[in-house]
Amino acid sequence: MNTVFKSSVPGREGIWPAKPEKSAADLLPGALLRGGATNLPSLSELDVVRHFTNLSRQNYGVDGNFYPLGSCTMKYNPKFAETAAALPGFTRLHPVLPQLKGAGRLCQGALEVLYETERLLCEICGMKAFTLQPMAGAHGELTGVMIIAAYHRDKGNKKTKIIVPDSAHGTNPASAHIAGFDVVNLTTRDGIIEPDELAKVLDDDVAGMMMTCPNTLGLFERNLPKIVEMLRSVDALLYYDGANLNAIMGKMRVGDVGFDVVHLNLHKTFATPHGGGGPGAGPVGVSERLAPYLPISRVEKLEDGQFFLNYDYPKSIGYIAPFYGNFGVVLKAYAYILRLGGAGLSRATECAVLAANYLRKRLDKVLEVPFNRTCMHEFVASACNMSDCHVRALDIAKALLDRGYHAPTIYFPLIVKEALMFEPTETESLETLDTFADDLIDILKEAEKDPEALTGAPRTLPVTRLDETRAARNMELTDDL
Amino acid sequence: MIPNDLKYAKSHEWAKIEGDVATIGITQFAQEQLGDLTFIDLPKAGAALTAGQEMGSVESVKAASEIYAPVSGTVLEINAALENAPEAVNQDPYGAGWMLKVKLSAEPADLLDAAAYADVCAAEAH
Amino acid sequence: MPYVPHTPEDIRRMLEVIGAPSVESLFAEIGPELRPKSFNLPKGESEMDVLAHMEELAEKNVRASMSFLGAGFYDHHIPSAVDALSMRSEFYTAYTPYQPEASQGSLQAIFEYQTAVTRLTGLPYANASVYDGGTALFEAAMMAVRHTGRRKLVVCEAVSPIYRVMLNTYTTNLHLTLVTVPHKKGACDLAALAAAIDAETAAVIVQNPNFFGTVADFTALFDATRAAGAVSIVSVYPVLQAVLKTPAEMGADIATAEGQSLGLPLSFGGPYLGVMTCSKELIRQMPGRIVGRTVDTQGRTGYVLTLQAREQHIRRQRATSNICSNQALCALRALLYLCLVGQEGLTRTANLCLERAHYAAERLTAIPGVELLSGCAPFGNEFAVTLPVNAYQVIDKLTGRGVVPGFPLGRYYAGLENALLVACTEKTSMESIGIFAEMLRGCLK
Repeated sequence: MNTVFKSSVPGREGIWPAKPEKSAADLLPGALLRGGATNLPSLSELDVVRHFTNLSRQNYGVDGNFYPLGSCTMKYNPKFAETAAALPGFTRLHPVLPQLKGAGRLCQGALEVLYETERLLCEICGMKAFTLQPMAGAHGELTGVMIIAAYHRDKGNKKTKIIVPDSAHGTNPASAHIAGFDVVNLTTRDGIIEPDELAKVLDDDVAGMMMTCPNTLGLFERNLPKIVEMLRSVDALLYYDGANLNAIMGKMRVGDVGFDVVHLNLHKTFATPHGGGGPGAGPVGVSERLAPYLPISRVEKLEDGQFFLNYDYPKSIGYIAPFYGNFGVVLKAYAYILRLGGAGLSRATECAVLAANYLRKRLDKVLEVPFNRTCMHEFVASACNMSDCHVRALDIAKALLDRGYHAPTIYFPLIVKEALMFEPTETESLETLDTFADDLIDILKEAEKDPEALTGAPRTLPVTRLDETRAARNMELTDDL
Repeated sequence: MIPNDLKYAKSHEWAKIEGDVATIGITQFAQEQLGDLTFIDLPKAGAALTAGQEMGSVESVKAASEIYAPVSGTVLEINAALENAPEAVNQDPYGAGWMLKVKLSAEPADLLDAAAYADVCAAEAH
Repeated sequence: MPYVPHTPEDIRRMLEVIGAPSVESLFAEIGPELRPKSFNLPKGESEMDVLAHMEELAEKNVRASMSFLGAGFYDHHIPSAVDALSMRSEFYTAYTPYQPEASQGSLQAIFEYQTAVTRLTGLPYANASVYDGGTALFEAAMMAVRHTGRRKLVVCEAVSPIYRVMLNTYTTNLHLTLVTVPHKKGACDLAALAAAIDAETAAVIVQNPNFFGTVADFTALFDATRAAGAVSIVSVYPVLQAVLKTPAEMGADIATAEGQSLGLPLSFGGPYLGVMTCSKELIRQMPGRIVGRTVDTQGRTGYVLTLQAREQHIRRQRATSNICSNQALCALRALLYLCLVGQEGLTRTANLCLERAHYAAERLTAIPGVELLSGCAPFGNEFAVTLPVNAYQVIDKLTGRGVVPGFPLGRYYAGLENALLVACTEKTSMESIGIFAEMLRGCLK
């Protein structure tokens, strides 16, 4: 498809406001004005609608396609939450209103949403306090690690290192680094963290450890109590990467078992749509001893039931967002939690784990599953057994696209060769799981007969495989280059 | 296919030493591991290098790696052709894919000969 | 249970295949000592009841009849087609485009977004967005730090204090020095900024229009910055880029923006959009995702995420940033907005904002005791006035009558307790400006 700019027809009317009587040239000195035109397109509304409707048809999304993308929790995004978030009473609200004396009454409902959502997340995670400000998972990680840094600084601890297991998401070491720490890699064994390996890297310089539990292999960290004890012994804090929270809701609360900081991904566990890469939301919860370091402002409730913003936390790490986070996303997660309630959230976890184990059992005879035991909400298979027919994880992924499925996560975690990471989520029916498994088995059979059928996939989509090397070398990043 | 007339660092750089000038690049093994290179970041002429310290980086579509100076010295010349044609490193790592010429400030030390470097590659391939 | 499709029979069959006696048995590894101490959440409710509750909360936010509140976040008209198109589920229920063949829609849209924002700032390269304007400014500063190897940032005090406090927080652990150069009655002190640049300076950071609404030409400052080997960073207001001198025309290296005004509702602070554009020299330092154009095996044009070797999933702690999820749907909305209003529509919108703000300034300064803070300094869609009384007093009185008169500058700037920041957009009618002026006059009597 041509770019939208190529369709521009000079003079064609779009959604224009009335013509002003004065222009910038009448009101500002010429030296402050733009020399040339913006070269934004001139299109009719229908031109724009048709272009983007056609573009949207070149995309897979959860509504149209099963999307078992591991670690991303691509569950169904209920429509009513969109209705709730689009209420004008929320969308029109200017964010600085609560900072104006006398204007608090103009946003009591919004403050109540923030306050109540924090309370609900505290109860789900067993944490003392939450902030909703982080605007994505990685932003939550950064916030959490900065809180760890602030805690140690306040205590006068000279701590320089954060431990990150080799199975962790790449954002963990990047976030720890940006928060000023050196990253220490921890080798996992048989898929999980073993205390003797931890002992090799644990010393007094360790400020904390970032853990994903269940980890990115979908395995529960069986040595959790021992790990907590070991970290406590050197006053190191334990961070919970909430990417996989969908595996444990109602079964374990991270605060109860000794985690000090947690970030959640509302766009994973709490069913807010991913939007093709955002906006997400990455709220951070902390234990009591870390509460003083949370970012400001904090939403609080007065005795008369009024909500207000409290900035009076001298130990706070400061401001990590302009306001209160991605409020529009928070609204959807809040509505989702109220809709499901405690029992619904537990049920979501149970069925997510059930579905992952079912799919694992359906596939473990045709694909190698390196750690083939009861998994949590996801599992990792390997395409290594297909190497005889020169078929790689990438080829299997592309063949799945041809059958109308989004591919699983591939080549992650890094510790499994030719990894294919499946996360079916609780919202997919047994029929979908079965059809998917049948199709995948069929693809693998086909691969044995005719590997080229896979290495040439996809064939049915708007494009075949793309030349990524050329893209990186040529750097054609806009229509004007 | 590891040339005998070159010296090697364990971090997969090669150096060809002629008098007090060394020509530097990355090895065949390194370029194979990285895949098609898309970008090479090198120090500027005049920069001081210390053996074993990071001196630049190479990127491919799916990987990135630091390059470490195999010798100490001052950069005399960089291979300007690599800016627009990093593929030269893939096609001819020991020839057209050379990266820097360096005026040595110290006798090169701790570099491997071809046989010892072949063992390093064999060990890493497993 | 809502959204979980499994019937008891489905569950029985699944357990049979797994070979597990019960669903609970799948959680055996979570020992009794690890089980929740409580899980006291409300009972689930019907869709109808939850929506009724949400409506009730929305209605608790009492509506002001008019508002002159801006402070960098503005209430613009959003064409209906922005909602209709961005709510197409193929866009909003997709994940990050990791499988490009099944994501050409998202990828081409981001490519077009990158093109549109570079046309606004004039700089040639853009990324696929970051969280918001403040994060964009921090990430730009870090680009400069990596590029120059220097650790000092010179920041104009007239840059949004909301961004500056974020910059403070983010740089806490990074051993950077922030030098803040005081504003001069709401205008940037160009001479003092130039004087603050030294051999340690990584970047000079300014905003146009700045937080006070004042517009400036930074060409000479950016020349001085370049001469000192530092990077020039300017945060802009994208709507006014239709008429104001571009960052590229001034010689900036990086231009960032809060993209909220391009088709995103105010929505109590988010989701917003961090726009980042830069010169060719700095593209390798750009954080976050970037889309590039290429060809497929049959030579057809297609789009992919590119330059990924900068990113965390490959570089881990050596990545240019930890940013992963960004604000892709917001970037799509900004693109839709820019396409729907088009070149002429955006120019008209910018001119309307200027016209309304200048009319408002004229009406307000006709009131005895009300003066422009910056005197005759040029301004855009927002301006600061000094009042004979504390600004909070006026805000308190007028909001009680349903009018939000603006932002109290004393909240961030000591000595400006009497100053009020007033914003207009194309939605501000001439009539409402007149009413507001009369109310303010009455309130100051």
